Amino acid sequence: MSGILNSSIGRKFAMALSALFLMVFLLQHFTINLLSVISEDTFNTVSHFMGTFWLVQFVLQPVLIFGVIFHFIMGFVLEVRNRNARQISYAKNNGSANSTWMSRNMIWSGLAILAFMGLHFYDFWFPEINTKFIEGDMSGLLPNGEFRYFEELQHKFVDVWRVVLYCVAFVFLALHLLHGFSSAFQSTGANNKYTKGLQGFGKAYAIIIPLGFVFIAVFHYLNQ
Amino acid sequence: MNLTLKIWRQKNANDKGKMVDYQVGDISGDMSFLEMLDVLNDQLINKGEEPVAFDHDCREGICGMCSLYINGEAHGPDRGVTTCQLHMRMFKDGDTIFIEPFRAKAFPVIKDLVVDRSAFDRIQHAGGFISVNTSGNTIDANAIPVNKHDADDAFSAATCIGCGACVASCKNSSAMLYVGAKVSQFALLPQGKIEATDRVLNMVKQMDDEGFGNCTNTGACEVECPKGISLENIARMNREYLSAALKG
Amino acid sequence: MALDSKTPQGPIAEKWTNYKNNIDLVNPANKRNIDVIVVGTGLAGGSAAATLAELGYNVKAFCFQDSPRRAHSIAAQGGINAAKNYQGDGDSTYRLFYDTVKGGDYRSREANVYRLAEVSANIIDQCVAQGVPFAREYGGLLDNRSFGGVLVSRTFYAAGQTGQQLLLGAYSAMNRQIGRGKIKMYNRHEMLDVVVVDGKARGIIARNLVTGEIERHSAHAVVLGTGGYGNVFFLSTNAMGSNVTAAWKAHKRGSYFANPCYTQIHPTCIPVSGDHQSKLTLMSESLRNDGRIWVPKNMEDVTAIREGRLKPIEIAEENRDYYLERRYPAFGNLVPRDVASRAAKERCDAGYGVNATGEAVYLDFASAIQRYGKEQAIVKHLDVNDKALIKKLGQEVVKNKYGNLFQMYEKIVDQDPYNTPMMIYPAVHYTMGGLWVDYNLMTTVPGLYAIGEANFSDHGANRLGASALMQGLADGYFVLPYTIGDYLSNDIRTGAISTESPEFDQAEKEVKERINFFISNKGSHSVDYFHKKLGKIMWNKVGMSRNVQGLTEAISEIKALREEFWKEVRVPGTNEEFNEELAKAGRVADYLELGELFAKDALAREESCGGHFREDAVELEGEQKGEAKRDDENFAYVAAWEYKGEPSAAVLHKEQLEFKDIELKQRSYK
Repeated sequence: MSGILNSSIGRKFAMALSALFLMVFLLQHFTINLLSVISEDTFNTVSHFMGTFWLVQFVLQPVLIFGVIFHFIMGFVLEVRNRNARQISYAKNNGSANSTWMSRNMIWSGLAILAFMGLHFYDFWFPEINTKFIEGDMSGLLPNGEFRYFEELQHKFVDVWRVVLYCVAFVFLALHLLHGFSSAFQSTGANNKYTKGLQGFGKAYAIIIPLGFVFIAVFHYLNQ
Repeated sequence: MNLTLKIWRQKNANDKGKMVDYQVGDISGDMSFLEMLDVLNDQLINKGEEPVAFDHDCREGICGMCSLYINGEAHGPDRGVTTCQLHMRMFKDGDTIFIEPFRAKAFPVIKDLVVDRSAFDRIQHAGGFISVNTSGNTIDANAIPVNKHDADDAFSAATCIGCGACVASCKNSSAMLYVGAKVSQFALLPQGKIEATDRVLNMVKQMDDEGFGNCTNTGACEVECPKGISLENIARMNREYLSAALKG
Repeated sequence: MALDSKTPQGPIAEKWTNYKNNIDLVNPANKRNIDVIVVGTGLAGGSAAATLAELGYNVKAFCFQDSPRRAHSIAAQGGINAAKNYQGDGDSTYRLFYDTVKGGDYRSREANVYRLAEVSANIIDQCVAQGVPFAREYGGLLDNRSFGGVLVSRTFYAAGQTGQQLLLGAYSAMNRQIGRGKIKMYNRHEMLDVVVVDGKARGIIARNLVTGEIERHSAHAVVLGTGGYGNVFFLSTNAMGSNVTAAWKAHKRGSYFANPCYTQIHPTCIPVSGDHQSKLTLMSESLRNDGRIWVPKNMEDVTAIREGRLKPIEIAEENRDYYLERRYPAFGNLVPRDVASRAAKERCDAGYGVNATGEAVYLDFASAIQRYGKEQAIVKHLDVNDKALIKKLGQEVVKNKYGNLFQMYEKIVDQDPYNTPMMIYPAVHYTMGGLWVDYNLMTTVPGLYAIGEANFSDHGANRLGASALMQGLADGYFVLPYTIGDYLSNDIRTGAISTESPEFDQAEKEVKERINFFISNKGSHSVDYFHKKLGKIMWNKVGMSRNVQGLTEAISEIKALREEFWKEVRVPGTNEEFNEELAKAGRVADYLELGELFAKDALAREESCGGHFREDAVELEGEQKGEAKRDDENFAYVAAWEYKGEPSAAVLHKEQLEFKDIELKQRSYK
């Protein structure tokens, strides 16, 4: 298998597999977040379950982190190799004549998402790890005895600038997905009579999910 | 019509090279792009300057020798044609036209607009064939029927002219469409299936060794390909490669 | 030297088999010690290089393009003939042989043509095994189409790109051998001389077109698969780089040049649009199946059209002259290529040409569109009187058949051929003449072979459609690999040929002197200036129809032009770099000599046959009045010219052609 990763096609395949995995994760993340709009209690229950269940915390979470890091590093490796494949650039290049902006700028949309993840980790993941594994408080409760998850979520969307940053990041996520979804299938070799339908589904996914995240962020900002 | 040309001039592989401006007049819309360059070269020779070197041969769009990155696109703004079949009626009086060589690390410039595409040949040496002897002692041509759809798809893949527009158009200088077309042609035919595993592994390895970039599925290659080679060929090669790599 | 065709004895159907059974072979261990140079990598050269390497010889292959895959065989559209008889329509080796000899107007060598027909079926087997994607039927078996002038369906094809697919097949076979190290490939190299040592071809001098370096390459035999010389006309359907240099150098080193005047002028090409034109584009012969060829009957209509006051569709049916249907009621628009070309020239010379240059006729699909449209309407139970509907349905049918050609036409001419007639005019397409070879495909220099279009042997005075691909591959895959072994069996003890010999020194010196001359000559005209002038002389006086006066003038004009060339040619740049003008200068210098020999040959052949039409050799009366008149009594020979310093001094040697298996007849299309 290590031989495969040394080939261009193998690297793209690995990139596609990590992407497909992250897209599944994204769907899961979105579903749980959506619960916060529908029912505070359900959101809290599910959040507590996800935050304390050993399989999620000690198996799925490390896999996810690995997936994110892998996707990022591999993306970066590919970008360096690709740039190296053309050492003198064109004086005039009309890229928009033959391809979409999204497909040509995955590295930039990806970096924007990466930057957002820094903020997102600072907002949620680091405090969460701190509370659970450094302070050792696995209860998931506030001093008043209620679950802390919904409360913390709402608290983050008080600042308008943070809401705006989140929304901008979701736009980049949409751009990244608009190309990434169908590209992942092409890289794994799936191009057949279902491709047209799959591309349509991909477009819908790439727009609906980020739009949903935007909705959730704005919803909480407006419902303080 | 009168035109301003901005052309890449580079004495040889070691020269740094630069864009140089030229003026040409009296260009008719019926001229092909290369005939317009003939006019320029005739001017230059008569002035005692060196003509612009560019590759060309059949001038009917099939040999794949002509190249040129014209106004930011391989083979220029028209679709489904090579540079030799691009006609000047696609341009307007007073236009400025950028003319650059196909750029890729794997395609070093030889002179001006002429590049060395022998990397493409070396990929074919690695596996772009079916290992049968050419002595004529083979089975009858109709002994193995071939599904018509497969034969047609194999033909479509085989119409690649090896011009390198895919590499030039790809932001990563990837040769996946070129290699995918050859892998597909043979993978679709019963005669080619026998050594399909070795073929795809060897050709992809050579492609990587030559310094072409990775495919990002932008689809630019398919749009700019003068023969309309489909992206399906890249997907097919990905499948062939992955299953071959897993088999070992 | 008397010409000996070395044709084996015995009945024609057994000659090749007997020959193969009796030749000397080289054992595999010895083949490893023998080197062969192959120049040119088209269908003939590419297939020969691959097969020789596979047999075990060390092959060095040369092409001037950047890859062997670009050779001009790639541009062949229609198909490849083979006597497979898959359609069960009565085809056979004999019938293919007969059609080819008759199509060549009885000026080819019977034994060679029979061998060609015999191995033709094997080509298809071979190519399919190599992965050539021929067109197939739904049942999975190979499809055939029918081609000009024959009564059976024997043409195998891959859409309109048969030449491309066959060439890529040969290229892939070469790649396999290059990968194994059995072929050493020299791209962007041009052969500039043959080296003859002790009377045998022992190597070549080549120029590296990238660095300008002059290289010596030695071998035990040299094979030329360097194509035809149609570019002597400047404008032709050949590639820009196609040239006669390799064949001409061989001629100068002792190979006789046969029948240089046999040129095929293809009737359906896109007309010249102006002086800038660099090359002509062929539209497949298949278009004549449905297109009707015409010019206006009245001169005032011609003038109005040229001035843009009248459109061709506005000319009434009775004011059109469908001259092929008028002159040849039996064959109509489907007369052979040479007849159709001359008829177009006759009308244009009479002033009826329909474009600004006066050199174009119409190829009209309107009646085909009507006919197909009505058929479709009846099949689909629609209104046969709805004119718009009929036209739409008809256009769809025509699009399915010729869509890619119509699109190509529209790109080049910027007119929509569905709604206005195409304009076409004949153009130089193929040269049947070439280096004289014997049955072994060896020229008059021992060890120097010529295959494919570069030799003269199989097509006589006119080539049938879809036969060029067949000949190239037959020579390269199946004929040369046998015949060359017979010769090389005498060389197993020779050892490697040294490039350090007086003959190599001399050849290299001559090549370098010529290059230095071009670089240092401070002339006033570019190479193309002379090439275009030569082309004009050739086209006007040695073109589709020839007469004594024109040919005599052409000979002296070409000679004068050649002298001017050597004084006034201007080549920019240096030798030590990529310099296309320098390469072109050498090629045009050779064309300026060949052109004269070409005219001389045409002058000496006082008959009309195939592509060679003499105005003084026509039928004077009867039904065939005005048609070409062959003279079998006096001219049933191959004219093989020996080089003697100047083209004018060339000496004619005759190989008398014998027809034992075919009766000579006049071709009639009335």
